[in-house]
Amino acid sequence: MGLDAKIPEGDLETKWKDYKSHVKLVNPTNKRKLEVIVIGTGLAGASAAASLGELGYKVKVFCFQDSPRRAHSIAAQGGINAAKNYQNDGDSVFRLFYDTVKGGDYRSREANVYRLAEVSAAIIDQCVAQGVPFAREYGGLLSNRSFGGTQVQRTFYAAGQTGQQLLLGAYSALERQVALGNVKMYSRHEMLDVVTIDGKARGIIARDLVSGKLERHFGHAVLLCSGGYGNVFYLSTNAMGSNVTAAWKAHKKGAYFGNPCFTQIHPTCIPVSGDHQSKLTLMSESLRNDGRIWVPKKKGDNRKPTDIPEEERDYYLERRYPAFGNLVPRDVASRAAKERCDEGYGVGTTKMAVYLDFADAIKRYGLIEVGKHNMKNADESTIIKLGKEVVEEKYGNLFEMYEKITGENPYNVPMRIYPAAHYTMGGLWVDYEMMTTVPGLYALGEANFSDHGANRLGASALMQGLADGYFVIPYTLGNYLAEEIRTPSIPVTHSAFEQTENEVRQRIEKLMSIKGTESVESFHKRLGNIMWDKCGMARNEEGLRSGIEEIKQLKNEFWSNVRIPGEINEMNFELDKAGRVADFIELGELMCMDALNRKESCGGHFREEMQTEEGEAKRDDDNYSYVAAWEYNEKGEEEMHKEKLHFDVVKPTQRSYK
Amino acid sequence: MEHYTMNLKLKVWRQKNSSAKGSFEAFEVTDISSEMSFLEMFDVLNERLINEGKDPITFDHDCREGICGACSMYVNGRAHGPWGKNTVCQLHMRAFKNGDTIVVEPWRSLAFPVIKDLVVDRSAFDKIMQAGGYVSVNTGNAVDANAIPVEKQKADESLFSASCIGCGACVAACPNGSAMLFVSAKVSQLALLPQGMPERKTRVLNMVTQMDKEGFGNCTNIYECEAVCPKGISVSNIARMNREYFGAGTTADE
Repeated sequence: MGLDAKIPEGDLETKWKDYKSHVKLVNPTNKRKLEVIVIGTGLAGASAAASLGELGYKVKVFCFQDSPRRAHSIAAQGGINAAKNYQNDGDSVFRLFYDTVKGGDYRSREANVYRLAEVSAAIIDQCVAQGVPFAREYGGLLSNRSFGGTQVQRTFYAAGQTGQQLLLGAYSALERQVALGNVKMYSRHEMLDVVTIDGKARGIIARDLVSGKLERHFGHAVLLCSGGYGNVFYLSTNAMGSNVTAAWKAHKKGAYFGNPCFTQIHPTCIPVSGDHQSKLTLMSESLRNDGRIWVPKKKGDNRKPTDIPEEERDYYLERRYPAFGNLVPRDVASRAAKERCDEGYGVGTTKMAVYLDFADAIKRYGLIEVGKHNMKNADESTIIKLGKEVVEEKYGNLFEMYEKITGENPYNVPMRIYPAAHYTMGGLWVDYEMMTTVPGLYALGEANFSDHGANRLGASALMQGLADGYFVIPYTLGNYLAEEIRTPSIPVTHSAFEQTENEVRQRIEKLMSIKGTESVESFHKRLGNIMWDKCGMARNEEGLRSGIEEIKQLKNEFWSNVRIPGEINEMNFELDKAGRVADFIELGELMCMDALNRKESCGGHFREEMQTEEGEAKRDDDNYSYVAAWEYNEKGEEEMHKEKLHFDVVKPTQRSYK
Repeated sequence: MEHYTMNLKLKVWRQKNSSAKGSFEAFEVTDISSEMSFLEMFDVLNERLINEGKDPITFDHDCREGICGACSMYVNGRAHGPWGKNTVCQLHMRAFKNGDTIVVEPWRSLAFPVIKDLVVDRSAFDKIMQAGGYVSVNTGNAVDANAIPVEKQKADESLFSASCIGCGACVAACPNGSAMLFVSAKVSQLALLPQGMPERKTRVLNMVTQMDKEGFGNCTNIYECEAVCPKGISVSNIARMNREYFGAGTTADE
C-alpha cells in the first residue's frame, strides 16, 4: 500500500483554511445516526469526544481508569504553547511553526506543524472560556513564561498544574455532553482489539475491568487517543497504567506505526533511588527558566553542594550553549547530563545526577522585591526570604513534591535531577486528516506520530492533544463520515465481531493458562532494563542487535513462564497488566529495529556512531529524511515503508543552540 | 537524609467483590527501605504474594505523583496516611519506624461502595460534575482569551479551588460522608470567574441536588475534610457554596 499523507495543495499558510472551506460536511440529522468510538480521555480524547458530541454525533468513550478525569494528561506541569504574541516579543504562527520543526530536528511534516501552530491561539481562548484558571498578571491579563528551544515567551500556565487544569476543562466539557446524552462514558473499560469489516474500522472489543466480561461496540469510526508508550522503559514519568495496547492492537490490524524509536528522555526528573522504584517523577521544564544546572568541576567531588564555591562549579549548559543556556531543548539537555555523569562528574549517592540550583534565582527575585518595596539596607536573610516567597509562588507545588519524595528541601539545597523516559514522538502513522492506514481508524494526541518529529518541545504536548481534539478532528472526521451516512449501524452479532471477540478471549485464556513462576512486574522490569540500556539515550548497532535478541528471548519466557493470579471474570489488575506488558515486549522489538534502521542521529534518537566532533547529533538528510512507517504484514513480519519528508519552507540545517 | 530499613506488620482490608463480606488480613513485611513510597511497599508485598501463589492486594493508583486522584487508602485511621497535604502515593516509608503496625482500609462511605479490597466506586463524583460542573461553551464559541480581564487575586483563588484532584478523601474522612468540600471546590472555581457567571445559580442548585441524590451526607462543620485534603482545599469553599446556594435558591427564576 502506498503512503499518501493527503497534504492539501497550495501555500503552507492557506492549506488548512482551504481544506476547511472545501471539506465534506455531514448534516445535523445524519450526525445523529453516526456513531463514533473514542479510546482514552486525556486531552486528545476528552476534547475530541466533547467536541464531536457537541456537533451531534453519537459518541462512546472508553477509559481504563475509574474516571475520565484521571487520564495522565493530568500530570503535565509546566504549560501550553500558543502563538498569541501577547508579550509583544516577536512571536507569530510562523515562529511557533519554525521552532517546532527545528526543535523536532527536521523530522516532522511541515503542513501538520503549521496547522498546529495556526490553531494554537484558539485553544487558549477555548480553555479560558471553559473556566480554566490560567496564571494572570495584576492587570487581569494572561501571564506567559519561556520553555526550552524558544526565545519568546509563549507558554501559558496554571502554576505547576497546567495539564490538570486543561484536562479538567476538557473533562467538564465531556461530562456536559454525557449529561446531554450525546456521549456515553465507559470507565474501567479497556479496548482490547479493533474490529474491521471490509477493511474499515467498525468497532472494538472492550473488557469491563470490574466484571472481566468482554463487550462488543460498533462505531462508524474509531478514534485512538490512548497516549504514548514511554512505559516500555518500565521506569518513566508515565502513569502506572499508561500503555500501548490500543495502538498496538490497531497496528496488528493494519495501522502502520510511525518512527517508533523516537522517544523523549526528559532532562529534569528526580533520580532513581533503588530497585524498589516503580516510577520516576518529573520536575517541570519550567524550572529551567530560573534554575541553573551544574556539576562540580572536580571528578568525584563529595562535598555538599552548598560547600562548593562558585568557581569550582561547571554550569555546563551555559558553557556549551551560551545562546540558549539552561533552556536548550530536552534532547540536548539530557545528553549533556548523561555526558557529564558518564565522565564521572555526577553527584548524589548513585553519581547519576546533576544539580538544578535555585540559589541565584532566589537572590535575584529577592532583590527585585526589596526594590519594589523600597526597602533600603535590607539584609541578606530578608532578601533570601522574599526571594523564596516569589519562587514558591511560581513553583511551590513542584518544590513540595520534590521534598516529599527525597526528604530534602530544595529552597536550601539544590535539587538533584537526571533524565528519564517521558514522551514518545513516535506513534501510529496518520495522514493530514489524522487517519491511520486503516480507513475509519484515527489516532490523536501522543498516540500518533505526527507533529513533533524526532524531539518534542516543552509545552507542546498539551497544545497538540487539544489541537487534535478540539480543532482538527471535528473537521477531518466529517470528511470521512460524509461517505458513511448510508451505512446503518452494524449489529454486533456480525461475524467480524464474533471472530475478533473469540481471538481476544483465546489470548486471555492463554495468558491465564501459563501458570508459570515469574510475575508480570518482573518481566516488565526486565524489558525496561533492556530498553534503557540498548534503546535509551544513546544507541549503537551492536547494542540494538543484542537488544532485539534479548527481547525475543524475553518474549518466549513471558509466554511460557508468566504467573497471573486470580480469575478472568473478576477485577484482576495483574491480568490487565499482563496483556499490556505482552504488547510492550513486541513494541520494544520494533523500536530497536527502527533505531537500528535509522543510521543517523536526530533529536531524541542518538546513534553513537553518528555524532559531530563536539558530540552533537549528526543528521543524515540525504538518506533519512523520511518517516519510517512500519507495517505488520500478513506473514506476521514488520515491513518498513517510507514517507519522504519535504521541506518547502524551512530549510533543514544543523540544529544549533550555541 | 539518613536511610534505614524496617520490618512492619500490616493489617489490610480484603474483600473479594462488592457483595462479599470483607475482613482484615495480617501480613508482615521485612527489609522495607525508608526511601520507598507507601505504594512501593505494597508492590513488594504483592510481588511476594504472587510468588507464594496468593492473590495480591488490589488498590487503585495511577500517576504516583499526587495529581490523578486515583490512590485512596485509609492508613492508620487517616485518609492518605499521616502526612498533611499529601496523597498516599506520595507518602514515603520514612514516615514509619521499625516494628510499626499499619492498618490499611479502603475509603468508607455509603456513596463509595467497595469493589474489591481497597478499591471503591467513586462514579458519584462524575455524576455530580454532570449536573453542572462546567461552563456551557461549545468548541469554537470563545472570544479572545484576553478579552475579559480577570482580577489576579480571583484567578489565583479560583486555581486553589480548581486544584481538587477528586480523590474523595474528604468524603472518606467526614463522619457524615459529606461531599461538600468536593462540590464546593468546583462551584467556587467557577463562581470566582466571569466565565462562570451565566450559569452561576443553576450550577450550584443542580450540583447540590445531585450530591444529595448520590447519598452523600450533610456538612456539620467538623472540618476533617480540610485536614486530610491532599491539595489543602479550604473549608471556606463550603461557606462560599452555602452563600451561592442560598442566593440562588432565593432569587432563581424558576
